[in-house]
Amino acid sequence: MTSIAPDHKPTFASVPIAERLANALPVLLIPILVVLGFLAIGNPSSWLTLTVSGLAMGMMIFVMASGLTLVFGLMDVINFGHGAFISVGAFVGISVLFGLAEWAGAPSLTLNLIAIFLAVLAAMAVTGLLGWAFERVIVKPVYGAHLKQILVTVGGLIVIEQMIHVIWGPEEIFLTRPEMLKGAITFWGAALEKYRLLAVAIGLALFIAMRLVFRRTKIGLIVRAGVENGEMVEALGYRLRIVFVGVFIAGSALAGLGGVMWGLYEEVITAGMGEEMMILVFIVVIIGGLGSVEGAFIGALLVGLLQNYIAFLEPKLALISNIGLMTAILMWRPQGMMPVVKAK
Amino acid sequence: MLKTLLSNDTPRSKILTIVVLVIFLGLALAPFLFPGVRSLDTAARIAIFIVLAASYDLLLGYTGVVSFAHTMFFGMGAYGVGLASLHMGRGFHSIIIGSLAGAALAAAFAFLIALFSLRVRAIFFAMITLAVASAVAVLVSQLSWLTGGEDGFTFKIPRELGPANRMGEFLGVKINGKLLNYYLIFTCSLLLFLLMLRVVNSPFGRVLQAIRENDFRAEAIGYRVVWYRTVATCLSAATAALAGSLFALWLRYVGPDTTLSFTIMLDLLLMVVIGGMGTIWGAAVGATLLVLAQTYLQDLMGSAATATEFLPLLSRLLDPDRWLLWLGVLFILSVYFFPTGIVGRLRGSK
Amino acid sequence: MSDQASDAILKLQNVHTDIAQYHILHGVDLAVERGAVTMLLGRNGVGKTTTLRTIMGLWTAHTGTIHFDTDNITETPTPARARAGIGFVPEDMGIFTDLTVEENMTLAAASGPLSPQRRDWIFSAFPPLKTFWNSEAGNLSGGQKQMLSIARAMAEERKLYLIDEPTKGLAPAIVSTMAAALKELKNQGASILMVEQNFAVAKAIGDYAAVMDDGKIVWSGTMQELATNAALQEQLMGLSMEAAT
Repeated sequence: MTSIAPDHKPTFASVPIAERLANALPVLLIPILVVLGFLAIGNPSSWLTLTVSGLAMGMMIFVMASGLTLVFGLMDVINFGHGAFISVGAFVGISVLFGLAEWAGAPSLTLNLIAIFLAVLAAMAVTGLLGWAFERVIVKPVYGAHLKQILVTVGGLIVIEQMIHVIWGPEEIFLTRPEMLKGAITFWGAALEKYRLLAVAIGLALFIAMRLVFRRTKIGLIVRAGVENGEMVEALGYRLRIVFVGVFIAGSALAGLGGVMWGLYEEVITAGMGEEMMILVFIVVIIGGLGSVEGAFIGALLVGLLQNYIAFLEPKLALISNIGLMTAILMWRPQGMMPVVKAK
Repeated sequence: MLKTLLSNDTPRSKILTIVVLVIFLGLALAPFLFPGVRSLDTAARIAIFIVLAASYDLLLGYTGVVSFAHTMFFGMGAYGVGLASLHMGRGFHSIIIGSLAGAALAAAFAFLIALFSLRVRAIFFAMITLAVASAVAVLVSQLSWLTGGEDGFTFKIPRELGPANRMGEFLGVKINGKLLNYYLIFTCSLLLFLLMLRVVNSPFGRVLQAIRENDFRAEAIGYRVVWYRTVATCLSAATAALAGSLFALWLRYVGPDTTLSFTIMLDLLLMVVIGGMGTIWGAAVGATLLVLAQTYLQDLMGSAATATEFLPLLSRLLDPDRWLLWLGVLFILSVYFFPTGIVGRLRGSK
Repeated sequence: MSDQASDAILKLQNVHTDIAQYHILHGVDLAVERGAVTMLLGRNGVGKTTTLRTIMGLWTAHTGTIHFDTDNITETPTPARARAGIGFVPEDMGIFTDLTVEENMTLAAASGPLSPQRRDWIFSAFPPLKTFWNSEAGNLSGGQKQMLSIARAMAEERKLYLIDEPTKGLAPAIVSTMAAALKELKNQGASILMVEQNFAVAKAIGDYAAVMDDGKIVWSGTMQELATNAALQEQLMGLSMEAAT
């Protein structure tokens, strides 16, 4: 068959430079903030220490936030109970770590990492399973009703948090990091905590892995397409509901991972830690653009860096720096930095 | 006359009418019916929380917007009265100025939050209020030179309202300043409650309900949805602040735990949901039930926990500190199975 | 029309559909012939799009039955209907703008990778898709998006195509491309149910026609019968169709 469009010259709707710049701007905000931080702090070694700890914090928040934003993007479900998975993950993971005290306490990086790996695995398995149950019991009956979603998932958060008290007791639990992850290394005169470097590495690896899944696998394509137009994904023959449950479970497991990481970072865990983290997670998800994983990643790094810089420069302001950041970004882009294009 | 006072929004159910009458008479005659410090304290709490829940219902039930900053507004009123009394000297002028300042600040805050979030999506509001409220709570506990930090602070209220102001006896009950204070709070609460009833039954309230049912259509008919939601938010915040002022006046103390805590926020959600969203009467019933349960049921849990000590898990589940666990379960069940709450049920069955 | 159902690939009987509180379809009876193009015509707002969406399962028929091939699919969920062999081109094209053209096509081939023959066939029908194979679909022009939307339906062997207004809002030059491609699809022996407002296109492609009014099929017969009878057109579709001719 010959071409049946002889007179139609294809033209590419070219993207104006200004628009391309606007698209790239959120990504550029991170280096801009890092440079501004350098200028404000002045001292290179303090700046490096703060930057690493800001990145570590940002990565951990991203790990917790990624599942939440995807769940929202796919099914328009907002889960206020997401924080419960953070707490449960921390308690399960840390309990396993206590059980493996011998390995965690040994002066061997390999044994330490194996202990952490097993702790993380247990935490993710439990929170993934819990996420599956949560989706079935709490979330599924209230699809499409935001008001009820908020109420019911808050209820779920309370119940899970209280169950942590019942199982692990009402007190906070203090812990120490595995032997070889204690202390810091010195790099160009800056003290960089080993654990924070590990956190940055884990977060970065996770982000890259997520991107690969989204770009290279069919499941990833389905998720990305589903965020934009779930109806059409179904009309092409994919059962979006199953994909959604999968994402919900994965997101809950990631929250559990984030919980373990945060517990090791703070060296104390409480049942309420998830609820407290949710505030940062919500800020990150809002400024990133609801439903956008990349947006959440950038938002998380911005929050982490800014909070660390401000805490150094003006400790009293650190508390409200996040609110300030959120306000500024919403004034600039009311839908967040990288709003998801919704077909409907 | 009575109908006008209730803005023609009568309970519309025999049982509900009786329940409301019992609550009203119980509160009006509390000092005489239930003598004792604890029961008077419970009565005052009920009166104040009825106002707080009603103002929250204006948002949740009538506007369909979930806010997690309602206790923040409540706290603004409380701290307003506390700080004014502390720095401007004890007296009614401090209380009035503190209340008004608290209410104005609450309305201004509500306006700003609404401006940022409601413009985009109503769901933003829930997240942003949560973030702002927690930041404010942390701020209050940090700025201890101003707020007394975690401990809060006590302050003096006008002598006329103190227990030292003795005015004799009536029906075997000592008439003193504390009693006077109770009736002041009762009267103010009643007025604020009637005001809420008036607001939701005004043309403004009708538009809010139309928006809640279908915001696209309301917008299409020509109502500026954002504007209506914003005004409702401000009104609700200011009323919450006034309730907070009354609470501070009653306790003669303000602190994060009594005004700003997330636990109070949850209690409030529960009051409105269990009582019945979208009916101001529901707020009254829900608040009464919950305050009563909290005051007396926790004791029961305590004894149940002691009685079941031989079953460690059950005993831990029944521990009075696990009060919230049961509230949470109750909360989920009521959202699923009684979305219209007690009042919806009573009105439905007539 | 009931006696022509002998070789219908799709059959709707007394289908009623509500959207929210609005009753849109009031008992649609429709048969789509195997291996032919059936045009669904009528003024705006009479329920044509709702009919297609009901067939796809995106709205649920609360009364009546839908038979596809030999199966009753009235209660079947959307993905299963798609897998049974229904290709859908929605009114808004339903392009995934964040994905590239290639990724859109990869998703469209739900049961396996897109075969090279099919890809070449699609490229020959819609050359711009080859040019922009690796571009984000959101950057395509309106006509190119429409091509992609139809190409997605062509990515796999389908028993039935549901196509909603493929020429809507397109420039005349692109309309002819589209019409040629649809004709090509028809020549391959596809069964198509298509909503079309452009009567010239409908006349050129359609074998059969069904006209809707107020949520019902009010006339059905051959396209030729309708095309040659101006009085009937006037009576069924009013002046809007006349103007489009």
